[in-house]
Amino acid sequence: MVYLNVVLVLFLIVCAIAVERTKDLLGAVIIFAAYSLVMAVLWLLMKAPDIALTEAAIGAGVTSILFIAVISRTRRMEK
Amino acid sequence: MDDLIVKTITRLIVPFIQLYGIFIILHGHISPGGGFSGGAILGSSIILFTLSYGLERASKKVPHKISAILESAGILWYIFIGLIGIALGGTFLANQDSGFFMGEAGRILSAGMIPLLTVAIGIKVASTMVTLFHTIIEED
Repeated sequence: MVYLNVVLVLFLIVCAIAVERTKDLLGAVIIFAAYSLVMAVLWLLMKAPDIALTEAAIGAGVTSILFIAVISRTRRMEK
Repeated sequence: MDDLIVKTITRLIVPFIQLYGIFIILHGHISPGGGFSGGAILGSSIILFTLSYGLERASKKVPHKISAILESAGILWYIFIGLIGIALGGTFLANQDSGFFMGEAGRILSAGMIPLLTVAIGIKVASTMVTLFHTIIEED
């Protein structure tokens, strides 16, 4: 169980750095959705199922859709 | 977007997503979840419908006027329930002090006015999600 936690936290850190370094905004949004999904699993492992539910619905679902809607109205690549 | 597979899957799966959202809202006081997460799931089912069928048909299902009215009605309902606590001699949103009974695991109708509060939050959050998404993707 400890190793699973370590792997998930490492994935979280890699995702957080990758979001900041990606020039493609659509890719950054997808990496951010993966970050939210891993964060939801971590909340579940930390015995906070209600927060996990909210994170999976808001973080991985609605936020990504709103970001993609905004990208479709503006441009895809960062300057 | 005009895709038969996406449309059929959406038509099949939207009622189940909404049922799950209502389940989470109604069990908010005795199990994990509550108004916010259940309302987000309810709102995202309408967002899925908008994505696969287009804004025009979704606006017919959930018109902008009705979702705006529901948004205001949710928060007014919340404030009204909170004021009941003051009227019965407690503080704002007082539950036990104003004579309601407390929650009991396994029974939906057991926590006084907390289920009514979660329903109010659920309606508010769901209509806010729908209004936000429809406003963003609206063509100028």
